[in-house]
Amino acid sequence: MRVALFIPCYMDAFETEVGIATLNLLRRFDVDPEYPFDQTCCGQPMVNSGCHAEAKATEELFVRNFAGYDFIVAPSGSCTHQIRCHMTAVEQTEEVRQVRERTYELVEFLHDVLKVKEFPWTEFPHKVSYHNNCNALRGIYHASMSERREPPYSKPLDLLRMVKGLELVERARPDECCGFGGTFCVFEPVVSVKMGQDKVRDHAAAGAEYVVSADSSCMLHQKGCAERLGLPLKFRHIAQILNGDRA
Amino acid sequence: MSAREAILANVHANQPSGTYPLPDLPGFHLEGTSDVVGLFLKNLEGMGGRYHTGDVRSCIDQLFPNAKVIASTVPDFAGNRQVFANVHPRNLADIDVAVTRASFGVAETGSILLVDQTLIANAVAYLAQHLVVLLDPAAIVPMIQDAYCRSEFHRHRYASFHSGPSATADIEGVLIHGAQGVRSLTVVLA
Amino acid sequence: MTLSKEPRRDDDGLPALLHTELRASDDKGAKGPAGQRLIHAEATSRPLRDAMPEPQPRGAKIHRHRPIDHNEAARRFIDAPHHEKMHDERLWDLRQKRDGQMHAIPEWEELRELASEIKQHTLAHLGDYLEQFETQALANGIHVHWAQDGAEHNRIVHSILADHGAKRLIKSKSMLTEETGMRHYMAGVGIEVIETDLGERIQQLDNEDPSHIVVPAVHKLRSDVADVFAKKLGTDPRNDDVHYLAEQQREKTRPLILDADAGMTGANFAVAETGSFVVCTNEGNADLSANVPPLHIASIGIEKLIPRIADLGVFIRLLSRSALGSPMTQYTSHFRGPRSGAEMHIVLVDNGRSARLGEPEFWQSLKCIRCGACMNTCPVYRRSGGLSYGATYSGPIGLILDPTFDRRRYSSLPFASTLNGSCSNVCPVKINIHEQIFAWRKALSESHDISTSKHAMMKVAGVVLSNPRLYRAAIATAESALKILPNFVVANPLNSWTRRGRNMPNPVTETFHQWYERTKGGKEDRL
Repeated sequence: MRVALFIPCYMDAFETEVGIATLNLLRRFDVDPEYPFDQTCCGQPMVNSGCHAEAKATEELFVRNFAGYDFIVAPSGSCTHQIRCHMTAVEQTEEVRQVRERTYELVEFLHDVLKVKEFPWTEFPHKVSYHNNCNALRGIYHASMSERREPPYSKPLDLLRMVKGLELVERARPDECCGFGGTFCVFEPVVSVKMGQDKVRDHAAAGAEYVVSADSSCMLHQKGCAERLGLPLKFRHIAQILNGDRA
Repeated sequence: MSAREAILANVHANQPSGTYPLPDLPGFHLEGTSDVVGLFLKNLEGMGGRYHTGDVRSCIDQLFPNAKVIASTVPDFAGNRQVFANVHPRNLADIDVAVTRASFGVAETGSILLVDQTLIANAVAYLAQHLVVLLDPAAIVPMIQDAYCRSEFHRHRYASFHSGPSATADIEGVLIHGAQGVRSLTVVLA
Repeated sequence: MTLSKEPRRDDDGLPALLHTELRASDDKGAKGPAGQRLIHAEATSRPLRDAMPEPQPRGAKIHRHRPIDHNEAARRFIDAPHHEKMHDERLWDLRQKRDGQMHAIPEWEELRELASEIKQHTLAHLGDYLEQFETQALANGIHVHWAQDGAEHNRIVHSILADHGAKRLIKSKSMLTEETGMRHYMAGVGIEVIETDLGERIQQLDNEDPSHIVVPAVHKLRSDVADVFAKKLGTDPRNDDVHYLAEQQREKTRPLILDADAGMTGANFAVAETGSFVVCTNEGNADLSANVPPLHIASIGIEKLIPRIADLGVFIRLLSRSALGSPMTQYTSHFRGPRSGAEMHIVLVDNGRSARLGEPEFWQSLKCIRCGACMNTCPVYRRSGGLSYGATYSGPIGLILDPTFDRRRYSSLPFASTLNGSCSNVCPVKINIHEQIFAWRKALSESHDISTSKHAMMKVAGVVLSNPRLYRAAIATAESALKILPNFVVANPLNSWTRRGRNMPNPVTETFHQWYERTKGGKEDRL
């Protein structure tokens, strides 16, 4: 199968190590993804602001870069949600439909496509608070939602359960939004920061040493809030844990 | 064109097309218990109501020993104040305890239904300081959906579920009984 | 390893507080027969108490020609930390209570689906159901009036009152009358209006709009209520005991109820089959308003219709559980006709509803049963307060209703959201609220109702992000990356991202692109 890797724009700019971890993690499963070099962004920043027409060219570029692959893997729930559910500014040809359908978030890909049953190279003997990005949770169904009456499940936790020594802690508010919200964090900074501060205090009160998520956009925001509050939380992308980072 | 005609014309013009059938309502069942009376009493208490084992007289003697004006709208009990239908309800404002009878109860929520015929004057159930309600335990239905299959809602001009006494927690979430209406609701099973 | 979907619990067994300093030993709230703490209606699951009074933050500033600045109002709310914390915890608690009710009902999701389908069906056939409703109501001796907009509603109500020589009107809570500005209208024509719901009365006396559609004074601390009552009711300003305050309101409102000329209610549901309408309260104040004076007027939005009495079996089971996490409202009253010797009037109000019915992306908002569950779960609402939206309807439902009432003023509201989607999940009638918020953003952008600077920024972003070389150059340094990636941008990125307490992301030595190019995708570098 031909697999392509999509690295979100903010990860490209701020979190190279997470992109590398994602690439190396996939290679451990004999998946050697191609990295279409002219990739940029999924279009979410514009679409999130209602500016769909302004996103069209970016979406077209995305499709040009990723056409023809069997799977496109993205280490971001929010980008995956944008691609699968909201990439509609570009004209919906068969090629576009295929690219959109074949885009998987990393956890989805490991859990549902590769059906990974073990990560024998991993060990993470720390207390972890797992954060579900809201698009990952309610948009692409990473896990059961606290508002709904449904049988509990969690794809990311299924994977983290395979990591030796990892201990999960419980927050007071398991899936309340952290306040990143894309352009929200910039145009509504007061509420955004308050939500972020409440979130990281909740992680800390739960006894977490590490905060782990499948979305680093949320974590960039939370990290900024935690540092300001002087909370000794460390933030890691799930790719890094599953790729074998010990700390 | 009258407002009525204009509104209806706009509504008809704008109604979404597409099949939106009216669903059949499945019969749900109460889980876990067939003790409908026990469940009713438990939920009644959860809603701030209470029940009295004994008759209305002993209820009033025990719970409202200082009550002066006691009005009854039912033949089961004689109060010292009559309730009339066609006078202004302000005449009911000094009633300490009103006694009436529920048409039926609902176990799911600890609710009882009061109707205009039995109340004689609807306002008595809200102006009295305390309410004592007779309820035949055989007239307790399991669930709210069962209640809404009954004919009371097609026959009476006023029918009201009471689920405990008047309450509010508008100020800081602190629970108050007797917000505007009755301060207590006591059910006597009879 | 535990599956962490259960919230962490405090030592009292209840879901943990974020703000543990709010825990109080006993709030002397009403108890059950065994002395146990009761939590029905809007009561909190455990006593919460704020220790020190601080001035109450006021709502959004309303300008004639400018959109609401929600962020500004939110800042003042958050800068009153006692108010913000209490508000956040109380409403989160209602959300937790709601979840508890949900878990006790195996058919919960099925009920939501039924409620949604019944409402969709009714709206798709609304014309017929309205006519059926009117026919039945008239046959039962109710007078039925129709009002195309809020102003017409107010005039109709006024003329009914004038016909009866009515000068004092008592009323229970009705968001529709807030929408039409009825109180202000009546003040202008010399009719005294008295709100009987405790929360609404507090707000009325304070000359402030209700902040929440079910718990109108949820943003106030008891010290604020003591202030208002001292000024307007002559109570003891040093006494902020909640029982005292509630009892004072009861005693002072009661004579007004007994002497009122007319009473007004809203309606939660209007049943076409029988021409009856249903009013749900916890205080019984709607029943007082309707049953004491000889004239009862009910204001009903045309979207409140449901087909059959039996359908109430679905809605009544969902309403209070969703709103307050209490199985039922204390009073659920069904009105089918006037008492003998009394008169009953219904005013059916359109005010934009029939127009919204014709909007494919937004008509489903008409399913709303005004429970407020979306507000309780919304993390933005809980931290900014309902008054920060500057509109009749606040919170998630407000974001999708308000732009219809005033496109320019409320054009900013759909952006006061993180699109997290929790609201849609708690909505008992399955309105896709967060998707409609998303759709409004597109509609407002296309009609040029978003700020020109934001739009310009998005245009630039769209150009850079669609040009690979331009993009790679732009993100080459952290600073220029922050300028171009709109997720992090305003005119002054440092100001917005950092001013309120958040550090900048750390710069990286090389971007992923640079690393990939340098190391041939890691094949020539062991990182």
